[in-house]
Amino acid sequence: MKLEGKVWKYGDNIDTDVIIPARYLVTTDPKVLAAHCMEDLDESFAQNVQPGDIMVGGANFGCGSSREHAPISIKGAGVSCIVAESFARIFFRNAINIGLPILESAEAARDAQPGDSLSVDLTAGTITNARTGKTYQARPFPPFVLQIIEAGGLVPYTRHTLGIEI
Amino acid sequence: MGKTLAEKIIAAHSDQAEVSAGDLVTVDVTVVMANDITAPIAIESFNAVGVGEVYNPDNIMLVPSHFAPNKDIKSAEQTRTLATFAEAQALTHRFQVGRAGIEHVVLPERGLVLPGDLVIGGDSHTCTYGAVGAFATGMGSTDVAVGMATGKTWLRVPETMKFVYNGKRQPWVYGKDMILRTIGEITVDGALYRSMEFTGEGIADLPMSDRLTMTNMVIEAGGKCGFMPFDEVAQAYVDARATRPYTPYFADDDAEYCSVHEFDLSTMEPQVACPYSPDNVHPISQIKPEKVDQVFIGSCTNGRFEDLAIVADILQRTGREFHPDVRVMIIPGSQAVYLDALRQGWIELFTLAGGAVSVSTCGPCLGGHMGVLAGDEVCVSTSNRNFRGRMGHRDARVFLANPAIAAASAIMGRLAHPDEL
Ligand code: SF4
Repeated sequence: MKLEGKVWKYGDNIDTDVIIPARYLVTTDPKVLAAHCMEDLDESFAQNVQPGDIMVGGANFGCGSSREHAPISIKGAGVSCIVAESFARIFFRNAINIGLPILESAEAARDAQPGDSLSVDLTAGTITNARTGKTYQARPFPPFVLQIIEAGGLVPYTRHTLGIEI
Repeated sequence: MGKTLAEKIIAAHSDQAEVSAGDLVTVDVTVVMANDITAPIAIESFNAVGVGEVYNPDNIMLVPSHFAPNKDIKSAEQTRTLATFAEAQALTHRFQVGRAGIEHVVLPERGLVLPGDLVIGGDSHTCTYGAVGAFATGMGSTDVAVGMATGKTWLRVPETMKFVYNGKRQPWVYGKDMILRTIGEITVDGALYRSMEFTGEGIADLPMSDRLTMTNMVIEAGGKCGFMPFDEVAQAYVDARATRPYTPYFADDDAEYCSVHEFDLSTMEPQVACPYSPDNVHPISQIKPEKVDQVFIGSCTNGRFEDLAIVADILQRTGREFHPDVRVMIIPGSQAVYLDALRQGWIELFTLAGGAVSVSTCGPCLGGHMGVLAGDEVCVSTSNRNFRGRMGHRDARVFLANPAIAAASAIMGRLAHPDEL
């Protein structure tokens, strides 16, 4: 699967409170959550993000609370994938579980600048930056995690393993 | 090679005789927990899985805590989702406003999480239960949903970091200061994906409430889980509460640790985490004594009986009141704590001193309700996070501290050390 999009670049330790502040956690609607995604850090994001855009973060992306509303709001905003130096543990699981692709590559994340255009090959785990012409290899997922991704998230994966018809 | 606590407990819940750091394993879960924010999505996903009934109605705990008592119509709908599901699935344990409180205070206090348990919770501070010797870790709603449906989850066995506290704690230094200092040293991703084992004479010396405070903040270092040793202190606490048999585990002497960190308590003073990160930690003596607008004493970090006892003791010993310009929110972590405080006469004491005491809730800790901060306001809080916007306006500034610093600051109207009173 190939993705292409414009970079929204953020720093280290982007926490779930800035991704989606608690005051909006009274809903689970992805559209409503998306409208407030990142607003305490970058008000322009929710207004200007285009479907397919790629979010780039530094180390420990998604640290803080376990709120699945965080990856839901990012996915709801149309972001096609997140590239970061590293992900916080719960955010990592949540993103995989809801079918939001994430890739770990310190180099790709550091080199990317706001507005750069990235293309991502999820199957190969590669990230190419159109401006620099460089291609980066992301850290591969364990096979088990790949199965969840391929199933489209943890719910379809579990239905499959339990033998429940889709 | 010996095994760490995480390796032993995960192995005991898997179908393998032993596991090692790095292994991916499927495990049986003892308890699945979620709150009024994470449970609504978990229930939706549970329904999407399509098994109909939960795996085990005895081990699912849905606790309304964050926006409960309901702060608005939307949060009322959310807490109702929990209650309706609990009833429809005939869950054994029910948690209602007025009878419960914050999950991480309530579950250990009622003996619902025990040594050797494997707990997953739809709340990042689920790691708190490591203080009683459970492998406990926070997950998102979808993981919770699958845990409710199948009684299982998958885990990567974490590497373990060992933290040794030597020497004797100085006056006004608590578990909160020990964990803040630790996070200050290793930073907010210093324990990413890892387990944290706490040991040393400084831990042996520590009451359960302080141990719970420390394991509570494991996630603030990015940790997956944390453990306190199962010693006499832990056993007395657990035996007074256990609702079922349990199996304590002990780390082997030759267990493999990816790093060992030592701290000297004899020179450690009270610590404060400055805005906007729990690892921006400095000794209180090195922080500008800023004027404060609000003090929050409560949360799953420091909302227990012993925490309120520190505040009560300072008020009684000094005979002082809270500063008239400061809003002082004192929120017991559970209704049991509230009742104990009431019986001690502390609710009256706090109220006469000018404090606002409320029913148990997470409330201000996450900028939910009961004390949301305005722009530029300064708050001293006994909770665990001071990210931008965490307790309200994005420009509000939160200083994390222990209950004694919070009480002294509430009295002085500025960041203060209790010795100044
Ligand atoms: S008190 Fe704060 S940190 Fe603890 S569970 Fe509630 S919101 Fe989370």
